[in-house]
Amino acid sequence: MTDTTPILALHNVSKTFGRADRPVYAVRSISFALHRGRTLALVGESGSGKTTAARLIMREYRPDAGQLLFRGTPVGKSGLKSYRAAVQMVFQDPFAALNPAHTIRYHLERPLRLHRPGLKGAERRAAIDELLARVKLDPALIAPKYPHQLSGGQRQRISIARALAVDPEVIVADEPTSMLDVSVRLGILNLLNDMKRELGLALLYITHDIATARYVAEDIMVMYAGQIVEWGQTSSVLGNPQHPYTRLLLSAVPDPDRRFAQTASGDELNHIEDIRRRSALPQTQTREITPHHFMRPLPA
Amino acid sequence: MSAPVLSIRNLSIDYIGADTDFPAVRNVSFDIMPGEFFGLAGESGCGKSTIAFAISRLHRPPALIRTGSQILLDGRDVLALDEAELRRFRWREVAMVFQSAMNSLNPVLTVEQQFFDVLKTHAGMSRTQARARAAELLAMVDISPDRLSSYPHQCSGGMRQRIVIAICLALNPKLLIMDEPTTALDVVVQREILGRIDTLRQQLSFSVLFITHDLALMVQACDRIGIMLEGELVEVNDAQTIYQSPQHPYTRRLWASLPRLTGAPMAGGASA
Repeated sequence: MTDTTPILALHNVSKTFGRADRPVYAVRSISFALHRGRTLALVGESGSGKTTAARLIMREYRPDAGQLLFRGTPVGKSGLKSYRAAVQMVFQDPFAALNPAHTIRYHLERPLRLHRPGLKGAERRAAIDELLARVKLDPALIAPKYPHQLSGGQRQRISIARALAVDPEVIVADEPTSMLDVSVRLGILNLLNDMKRELGLALLYITHDIATARYVAEDIMVMYAGQIVEWGQTSSVLGNPQHPYTRLLLSAVPDPDRRFAQTASGDELNHIEDIRRRSALPQTQTREITPHHFMRPLPA
Repeated sequence: MSAPVLSIRNLSIDYIGADTDFPAVRNVSFDIMPGEFFGLAGESGCGKSTIAFAISRLHRPPALIRTGSQILLDGRDVLALDEAELRRFRWREVAMVFQSAMNSLNPVLTVEQQFFDVLKTHAGMSRTQARARAAELLAMVDISPDRLSSYPHQCSGGMRQRIVIAICLALNPKLLIMDEPTTALDVVVQREILGRIDTLRQQLSFSVLFITHDLALMVQACDRIGIMLEGELVEVNDAQTIYQSPQHPYTRRLWASLPRLTGAPMAGGASA
């Protein structure tokens, strides 16, 4: 990781749902930091706690324990408006994220009015055109349209433009390409990469598709049952996975070089239930693999 | 060489519009051999699901199968079947797992009742016989018979998907059609389910028509693969050829748009 202060950091954050006698530990004491111009990927299966982590960052949930630090200061009630302007989200479903009754211009105008009240008529129109051009859409053609007139990929570009409207420092993208066609996915991923480079954004990329995580993220965290079980440089974690759950996840990724029939007997895929059960146990130790790669060993 | 289970010849399907017709499937021909795992790949809107629906005659107006099209299942002309024949044909000959099949279970009936529904209607089984057969089918997809008394909402998404597959296999169909069967599931569950299907088709020797847009997954699972583009079948080859030396430019473009987990980063690669 870089040695500069992170824009956003989580320190031992936990969130529990359900009743006291039957608690669901959605997020268990997670810590990570987001830096300018870098992408951190959070990968794991459905129900592993990825989206809860995103909602904690968006302040939709308050942590039961632990702290959220924004530029080194704990996030509290005061300064929440500037926090919300600095941290923006791109959602999974490009069809549900836009209001069908309003034009694209309206979707981009609203955040500009709320967060940049200094902009007047013509300046605001210019800002809308600039945002659309930034996400590689033709402003004259797209601005007057309604969401239903756009394709899924175009809508996801609008979601990104809307997030960029308030000049954010952090973007949380929760499965931004999982509902798009493969041929469109790459365009969105490239756009996120460009934004990161050109605007120096810190990106949290949440996904269950590890191949796309490898494509966009310098660093990666693997989450299972609310815990981050392995984290570090993407190349190191994916090239030399240490935690049994990371290995299981990697072996399940579609790989044209491995036919189904070729699964070896020692393969993680033959021990799925066992790995899941053991990986869900509390893991409090940290082991350093390299200075840029860490894991939580399973309890003996 | 044995005769194909499914033989499609010159299949053309149009969606009839008020002004113009939209050709969803254009002059498509392919065969699926007994026990073969056949994949059909392409983007949304390329016509792959329309073909799947047409095979079991589940297509509805405005979809229209053009004259001259032929679908033969085990030598029988599917397009000539009448209503009564169709009822016997569906499920017994061809069973279909839909994209969101895990949501196609009836939420107010237990798993056992949903098995009984099929086994009574199509095989005339009693409750006791149906319960035994249902337990056997659940065991095939690695689900405990205790689950027979569960309601769908008490099962996970992956489990519901496996239950639907078990119901599809209830009458020993010759062909199992799976239209994006695991798109809503995560990779580990997807791998578990497809691995199971692969074992079962070898044990029970049924054929599979597998539809997805994930080419890597398709190469792992399939014997042969057809690539569709705008209603046309542009390439049919064995899985390794599609992977190692794709013939059609569109197949090459599809590969180029897939980020890979190992090996070289792709064109314009990440800075990581």
